[in-house]
Amino acid sequence: MERNQMHRQIANTRKLMFDQGYLDEQFIQLEELQDGSNPNFVEEVVTLYYRDSARFLSNLDQALEKRPLDFSKLDNLMHQFKGSSTSIGAKKVKTECTHFRNYCNARNAEGCKRTFQNVKKEYTTLRKKLEAYFQMSRQVGPVETAYASSVVVCTIRYDTIHSLHLNIIHSNLPLRRCAARSH
Amino acid sequence: MGVISISETPLHVLAVDDSNIDRKLIERLLKTFSYHVTAVDSGIKALEFLGLQDVENFQSFSPSPEVEVNLVITDYCMPGMTGFELLRKIKESKSLKDIPVVIMSSDNIPARINRCLEEGAEEFFLKPVRMSDVDKLKPYLSKNERKTTDEEECVSNDSSGAMDDDDGGGGNDGVEARSDEDEQIEKDQSLLILPP
Repeated sequence: MERNQMHRQIANTRKLMFDQGYLDEQFIQLEELQDGSNPNFVEEVVTLYYRDSARFLSNLDQALEKRPLDFSKLDNLMHQFKGSSTSIGAKKVKTECTHFRNYCNARNAEGCKRTFQNVKKEYTTLRKKLEAYFQMSRQVGPVETAYASSVVVCTIRYDTIHSLHLNIIHSNLPLRRCAARSH
Repeated sequence: MGVISISETPLHVLAVDDSNIDRKLIERLLKTFSYHVTAVDSGIKALEFLGLQDVENFQSFSPSPEVEVNLVITDYCMPGMTGFELLRKIKESKSLKDIPVVIMSSDNIPARINRCLEEGAEEFFLKPVRMSDVDKLKPYLSKNERKTTDEEECVSNDSSGAMDDDDGGGGNDGVEARSDEDEQIEKDQSLLILPP
């Protein structure tokens, strides 16, 4: 009973990150690259992201202290951070990065400083959610995690189990459709 | 038509990207297709790996007999040497120009894409690169492999049909766990596909 609850909690936590726009399709691409021979791939990539992000954000902080601002350098730094964020599917972070770059192009110092606060805020929020998610996943074991989401929904409709399984891995939307159909 | 000696060595892709995350990603993507991967973080290191000595002056080339690269996939925006400059250096080199090169970029700039394709890049992938992109590399890699046998004539007609059946390591259905046996069977089948 407890184990099922854990599975459900993990699946819901994951679904929420997609529903609330924190993660996008790219995160699912990472999950698809995780298998028996690379059971912790997603967490490894995300951990690498935290490490690189710390460096990028620190460099951006420093660059924003300079007077006058070097917009070209700021844009270049943010381009790299945006790239990493895109690669892990960090949707909201990516959006704020784009806003920042727009202000760089417009040479708007206030805009840059303001949006940089938003970038850091979104990054911190996402990181907290992901850390909680991986911690929960570790408690049920690595291999089962990949299927945690599918297990929960597959029990609803056995006749479409195959397509459900694939849908869950590829997109969060069908989870809602499946729930509607089961009623 | 004689005996074909097919090399058992997997196809070797050289991946170039200054981003740690993107390097890890592309390496994993390529490995799901059973390619052997070498990943470096700069254009200069890529050229050194390919055997180009004295890179700056583009003087001498001394290829290492153990190193054979079947495809180079590189990021466009890199400090120092850009992916475009790396592409150019490869295409200008007598010994390296036949290696297919693919460019990746997070920016969708048509002028940039055209420039790369005109300079000889085979494909241009927008980041983040996905499995469906890596799937497109198959024709460039199999063509290269065939050049090393003397059967190019006979094989060319069959290439499109035969190689399409070869899943090349199971990249399409990444969700399912693949047993070692499955992979061995596919490897064996790929050996059988080429004509006698």
